[in-house]
Amino acid sequence: MADPADRVAADRKFPTAFTRSAKGFGAWLFSGEGSGLGSKVWQTLRLGLKSLLLHKLRSGLAILGILIGVTAVIWLVAMGEGVSYQAQQQIKDLGANNIIIRSTKPPADAMRGGGFVIAYGLLRDDYERIVENVPTLTQVVPMREITREARYVDNVTDVQLVGCTAKYREMNNLHMARGRFLTDQDMAEGVNVCVLGDQTAKTLFPYQDPIGEFVQIEDAFYVVVGQTQNRTASAGIGGSMAAKDYNSDIYIPLSTLRARIGDLVITSRAGSREGEQVELSQITVTVRDLEQVDQTADIIRTLLEKFHPVTDYAIVVPKELLRQAQVLQMMFNLLLVLIAGIALLVGGIGIMNIMLATVTERTREIGIRRALGAKQRDIVSQFLSETIVLSATGGLLGVFLGFLCRPAIVGTRAVMTQIFPDVMSSLPPNIRQLEPRLAAWSIIAAFMISVGVGVLFGLYPARRAARMDPIEALRHE
Amino acid sequence: MAMAARIIDVHKHYVLKGGITVRALRGVSIDFPEGDFVAIMGTSGSGKSTLLNLLGCLDRATTGQYILAGQDVSQLDDDELSDIRSRYLGFIFQSYNLIAQLTVVENIELPLSYQGNVSREARQRCLDMAEMVGLGERLDHRPFQLSGGQQQRVAIARALVNNPRVILADEPTGNLDSATGEEIMQMLEALNAAGKTIIMVTHEPDIAARAHRTLRMRDGLLEQHSPDAAIT
Ligand SMILES: Nc1ncnc2c1ncn2[C@@H]1O[C@H](COP(=O)(O)OP(=O)(O)OP(=O)(O)O)[C@@H](O)[C@H]1O
Ligand SMILES: [Mg+2]
Repeated sequence: MADPADRVAADRKFPTAFTRSAKGFGAWLFSGEGSGLGSKVWQTLRLGLKSLLLHKLRSGLAILGILIGVTAVIWLVAMGEGVSYQAQQQIKDLGANNIIIRSTKPPADAMRGGGFVIAYGLLRDDYERIVENVPTLTQVVPMREITREARYVDNVTDVQLVGCTAKYREMNNLHMARGRFLTDQDMAEGVNVCVLGDQTAKTLFPYQDPIGEFVQIEDAFYVVVGQTQNRTASAGIGGSMAAKDYNSDIYIPLSTLRARIGDLVITSRAGSREGEQVELSQITVTVRDLEQVDQTADIIRTLLEKFHPVTDYAIVVPKELLRQAQVLQMMFNLLLVLIAGIALLVGGIGIMNIMLATVTERTREIGIRRALGAKQRDIVSQFLSETIVLSATGGLLGVFLGFLCRPAIVGTRAVMTQIFPDVMSSLPPNIRQLEPRLAAWSIIAAFMISVGVGVLFGLYPARRAARMDPIEALRHE
Repeated sequence: MAMAARIIDVHKHYVLKGGITVRALRGVSIDFPEGDFVAIMGTSGSGKSTLLNLLGCLDRATTGQYILAGQDVSQLDDDELSDIRSRYLGFIFQSYNLIAQLTVVENIELPLSYQGNVSREARQRCLDMAEMVGLGERLDHRPFQLSGGQQQRVAIARALVNNPRVILADEPTGNLDSATGEEIMQMLEALNAAGKTIIMVTHEPDIAARAHRTLRMRDGLLEQHSPDAAIT
């Protein structure tokens, strides 16, 4: 053995006074002579990792607990966001500045008019009154729609015959594929022109350009002046708004519809004849300022109430629906956070359990470290870093799996459609077409919470380790 | 002569749960001059370990003073005692007490890292220490890959790495066969020859005979001083 004398003699001089360690935790954390910033943090984490690797299965299970929690949060939020995005998008399609007033059939015992004809709904006078009395509007679009059969030569199809004004196109975000939409002049003259919806045009004119051709509805012929582009259907909202499929429409001037077809619609059913007299199916108004929407809706309601003793109309305020949808979404998210919180709590308890076992198992190591000069906070940070490594690993893996949400759902749907086409087609479209939307906040929150859970649930075992009496700990077998 | 450590009229009482007080030390005073090499002997339960724990700043005396390197450390708090252990004391245990998941060099590094010293010089010093105890080739071995004697040598390197004022050894050869124990004793003697103060608890008279002097304990009291013949 080499004589240690010369080496020992070369040691540094012994300081005369003890330096009281008054450094704060942060200073301690990032201290380290001649080493880079945070090297102590890195060293502590590395040590934590090393200890965890001694018990791979145990650490793996603890990680799994957190991972499942984090993944669950991200997936649930993504699906919730997907559903509500769909709903909100559909409401937005109705126009946040719009108010939609629709005719609705009142209960049978409250009808006006006698005999087999019942009259209800919005009147042309209502339209005039709204135009004259409500000052906050930029446009008012009346509309009447009925189901009719349209024919071109041998091609016949059921269509929604929509009598409307020129502004209807803009208000409903319809775009022209060919030709033009109805004009104010068409309206004024009450001419027999029509614009075909995408599907209608394809059914009646599979192989030719419909412009300039004549479509027959009942006994009148209408010259085709335009064709709209395919437009996704708008959603039905509650009971007051039916879903609207624009593609099987035919648009004609409102004045033409009144002249050619009239207000009375007779339907024969099982021998009995039934007549409904409706002047307008819907009036859509656009409010100038978003802030005035609620107030305007109230004005219109008051106005209509005066002339409609029986409520045979409904007022739909998309902005209000949007607000409700957002509130609903918020409550939904809150619920998800609660569920996620429980999942992460369970994961946290798993971590705490494992750390308590680890601390007991390593009592002697704690005693040794204390004898060699570890302060209580060194022991705390050692064990805390292990829980943070555990929970952050779980969190990171969970975030990674979170990103797989969309492909997983799309893939599952594709497989399900292949295997159980009937089951899939019977599902409501909201579920069939669900596109999960990853929410950045949920990813960040889930990760932060997982690390937070690690700190929270690691703190108790770590403090327990630090508070051990070094002598007792050293004696531990 | 400068004192490495002094204890003055130290009492240590343990109050048990039933309210019974165990008087493990009942007024012990000893001076340890720089370069001393002391063996502490005594019957089981006489208070040897208790005394060594106090000297090692792992515990505080109930009453009395402990002066280490000219400073009274009997009233310091837990953090300050930890600091003193990492700077001024070296421990050698009967059962080596290496940390199983750390390598040889990482074990040696521990006292320095708890001083907050993780510099390149610190690293180099650890390598020198490992070299000195003859384990320069086994830096990355783990404790279970070493023999008992080798583990104890790692423990000695670790006890030396912070250049302590006092080395405390609790039966350092207790778990070793006589040949390996002899190696360890030679190492301690060499360290003492280089000026290190060593306080050692042992049951074996021939191990105690290697020290400069032997203190005997009985019932929490120092029984007698062997003549300080060796310190000249
Ligand atoms: N933590 C404690 N609580 C209560 N009594 C204690 C404690 N530690 C030691 N004692 C008592 O103090 C006395 C001295 O114990 P100590 O461990 O110092 O003896 P020792 O000389 O080291 O014995 P041995 O040779 O068996 O190691 C004993 O009576 C013991 O029971
Ligand atoms: Mg003992």
